[in-house]
Amino acid sequence: MATVVFYILAILALLGTYLCVTRSNPVHAILYLVNVLFAVALMYYLLGAPLVAAWEVIVYAGAVMVLFVFIIMMLELTPDQEMSRVGWLRWGPTVLLAMVLFCTLVLFVAVDPETSRVIVDTYVAPKAFGYALFAKYPLAVQVISFHLFIAAIGAYYLGRGGGSRKRSREEGDE
Amino acid sequence: MENYVAYLLILIKLVLILTMILTMAAYLVLAERKILGRMQLRHGPNRVGPFGVLQPLADLIKLICKEDFVPPHSNHLLFLLAPALSVITVLLIFAAIPFAPPLTVLGHEIPMVVCDLNVGVLFFIGLSSLSVYGVTFGGWASNSKYAMLGGIRATAQLISYELPMGLALVPLVLVSGSFSLTDIVNAQRVLPFAVTQPLAFGIFFICILAETKRTPFDLPEAENELVAGYHTEYSGLRFGMFFVGEYINMALLGSVTTVFFLGGWHGPFLPPIVWFLGKVLCLCFIFIWIRGTLPRFRYDQLMRFGWQVLIPLALLNLLITGGVLLWLRG
Repeated sequence: MATVVFYILAILALLGTYLCVTRSNPVHAILYLVNVLFAVALMYYLLGAPLVAAWEVIVYAGAVMVLFVFIIMMLELTPDQEMSRVGWLRWGPTVLLAMVLFCTLVLFVAVDPETSRVIVDTYVAPKAFGYALFAKYPLAVQVISFHLFIAAIGAYYLGRGGGSRKRSREEGDE
Repeated sequence: MENYVAYLLILIKLVLILTMILTMAAYLVLAERKILGRMQLRHGPNRVGPFGVLQPLADLIKLICKEDFVPPHSNHLLFLLAPALSVITVLLIFAAIPFAPPLTVLGHEIPMVVCDLNVGVLFFIGLSSLSVYGVTFGGWASNSKYAMLGGIRATAQLISYELPMGLALVPLVLVSGSFSLTDIVNAQRVLPFAVTQPLAFGIFFICILAETKRTPFDLPEAENELVAGYHTEYSGLRFGMFFVGEYINMALLGSVTTVFFLGGWHGPFLPPIVWFLGKVLCLCFIFIWIRGTLPRFRYDQLMRFGWQVLIPLALLNLLITGGVLLWLRG
């Protein structure tokens, strides 16, 4: 049963990704990307990681993609002819990256046949996940939180500094 | 055989809860009109049936009979999809809400919740952040300036107030030690979190007022500025879906507040389900009361209040709760 669901989700994810990169209307592309994120979140759930599934929906589908939609709506992008033109300069890096990822995957499966099993019978409760994260990898958590903290300060500085400078310039113009 | 009984029970539960919610939403519309009427010294709807109790039915018939108009040059698919999105996301959250303690019928223990997720809190936050899409796409796909402005306002407002809402819930998870809503309710057997976490309760309550897009946070549909905001171009049953969705949201956020802060079904003397319903209805009354009383925020006030007051306060509350818990459990 789980395997069937997994394959349905996998097909949905691949289809969504394909549609996402080929749509010329950016809002439609984002809608397909959100679908892909849902499929991936459900895969995490199938793999026995409900916490990761929930975060995938909250952070990516619920926050990041909404910001994307917001910006696209503000910019009022119209379907652009230039964007739909297929040029190797545009597609090359993407295809290269996809090839590298695919080769890595094949390599993994070749080295360790265990990884090719679709569903592993594990279930990680949120508590266990938290303990593992903070007890086993405290340094990584610290580094990432420091990173985010610096980014937040940077965002604050840019937002504030840029705003006041622009305001003073406008006042100067008057 | 056991399996079939379990499936049947789930089906019955689903149908019961769905009927209950939709009826409640329909009658919340009537209650709002009646109560607002009384607050403004008039009667409110009282023509259809005794005291106007059949008014929701009449409204439904009216909405079904209206023409379902799709404006030209709109984005058809998204235009048709948006109202459904906004209702579905809200309805799905009810799946994780426990209404009463488990009931034992014919030797079966039936939990009074559709699905007791161990990530219930995150499920609620995740789906409520997804409800932004319905509003955003509804506004964008209508191809109208008013709807577009309403959609943009709604998006900005909802994502700004989701943050303090989520942050206000973290102390509860810290105290109860679980993401499951049933565990959170059981952690409030003695004292509800509204008493032990008053700051979180205040922040959460303000945020859910913003999430329902009602006065004083009704900027996305400010009538005198934006006609009706993101659902300006909608008519017939699709408008009805947005409209009822809002009231389902009201019932939902009332239930969620009851679960998180008012002790869920816990209470003396009366049966648990009565306590739960009573608390939810009281909260709905307070929502309506606030709508009848307060004026609307200005947009910059709304944003500044969310980002510069509520989020720092929520973080401070989190810090204090964490510190106290560390000290207590040392």
